[in-house]
Amino acid sequence: MVNLVWLLMLVAGIAVAGIQGRIAVVTEAALEASQMAVNLALELIGLMALWLGLLKIAEEAGLVALLARAMRPVTRYLFPEIPQDHPAIGAILMNLSANILGLGNAATPFGLKAMQELQRLNPSQEEATPAMCTFLGLNTGCIILIPATIIGIRAAAGSTDPTVVVGPTIMATGISMIAAVAGDRLFRRLYGRRG
Amino acid sequence: MTEVILEISRWAIPAVLLFVPTYGYLKGIRVYEVFVSGAEDGFRVAVKIIPFLVGMLVAIGVFRASGAMDLLARFLDPLLSVAGIPGEVLPLAIMRPLSGGGALGVAAELISHYGPDSFIGRLASVMQGSTDTTFYVLTVYFGSVGIRRYRYALALGLIADISSLLAAVVICRAMFGG
Repeated sequence: MVNLVWLLMLVAGIAVAGIQGRIAVVTEAALEASQMAVNLALELIGLMALWLGLLKIAEEAGLVALLARAMRPVTRYLFPEIPQDHPAIGAILMNLSANILGLGNAATPFGLKAMQELQRLNPSQEEATPAMCTFLGLNTGCIILIPATIIGIRAAAGSTDPTVVVGPTIMATGISMIAAVAGDRLFRRLYGRRG
Repeated sequence: MTEVILEISRWAIPAVLLFVPTYGYLKGIRVYEVFVSGAEDGFRVAVKIIPFLVGMLVAIGVFRASGAMDLLARFLDPLLSVAGIPGEVLPLAIMRPLSGGGALGVAAELISHYGPDSFIGRLASVMQGSTDTTFYVLTVYFGSVGIRRYRYALALGLIADISSLLAAVVICRAMFGG
C-alpha cells in the first residue's frame, strides 16, 4: 500500500503541476523537501541522545520495570507475542506515556527505541511484525490528555477560553484509540498466521 | 484553567529531568555515566532514518506544492459534506496525516481567520490536537530499523486518523453547536 500511495503522490503532483504549466514547482519542492528531511534527522540526533540517556537511567533504576509491571494486563492483551519482561514493553510504555502527556519530542526517541527492541524479535528484518503494526496504530491513534501546542496557539490568537478544546480532544482521541485497537484486532485476524 | 494547563505542560519536562536522575542516584546508579552510555545510540538511529525521510517528504512536498492536494480537497468536498464535515477544515484533515508542520500552519491559519472561539476555530483546534502525523511516524519508526514492508500499518494508522476526524466533528457539533 505504501508503494502505491507514494507513487500516486508523485504522479498526481507532477501531472497537476504540468497541466497548469508550473512544472518548475515540482523541482523546487523536491529539492527543498530532501534538504528538510536531513535537517529533521539532524535535529533528532540531540533529542534522541537526551531522551535515550534518561531512559537508560530510568531502566537501570528499575522505574521502567515498575511501569511495565503496573501495565502488564494491558500489554499482555495488546502484545501477546512479546515476552512480558522484554525491554520492548518498557520502551513502548514510555512512548505511549509521552504521547498521552503531549510530550511530542520525547515520544519519538522512546518510540524508536521500542522499534529497535521489536526488531530483535522480528524473524524477517524487512517486513513489519504484528506487534510493530499494533504499536504504530496505538501511536497514531493515541489518547492525548494535554494538547499543549494548540492551547498555546489559541491563547496567542486571543481566545477567551483556550482550554475549551481539551475535553473534546480527550474524547476524540479516546475514540480513535478504541478504533485503532479494534482495527488492529481485525487486521491481525485477516492476516491470520502469516508471520 | 488555561494557565494551570500551560503551567503543567511547561513543568512536565523539567520534572522528568529532575525526577529520573534523582531517583536513579538514590538507587545507587552512576547517573552521568549511564546517561552518556544511553545517549550514544542517538546519532546512529537518526542517520539511518534519512533515506526514508527523504523519500517520503519529497513525495509529500511535490503533492502539496503542485496543488494536487488542494484538488483532492475540492474533489472530496461534496463527499465529506454528506458526513457533516465542514469544507473549511478539509485541507487540515488531508494535511494532518501527511505533514505535522504543514498541518499546524493550516490550523493556525484557520484559527486566526475564523477566530479561536468560532466553531471552525474550535473544530480545527480539536482536529490538530487529536491525531499524529501518521506518514511521518511510519516513515521514521520503520526507517530506523530498516523495515520496508509495512503490512497493514498504514491502513491502521489511517483508520485511526479518520475515526478521530469524524469523532472531532461529531463531538464539536454536540458541544459547540454549529
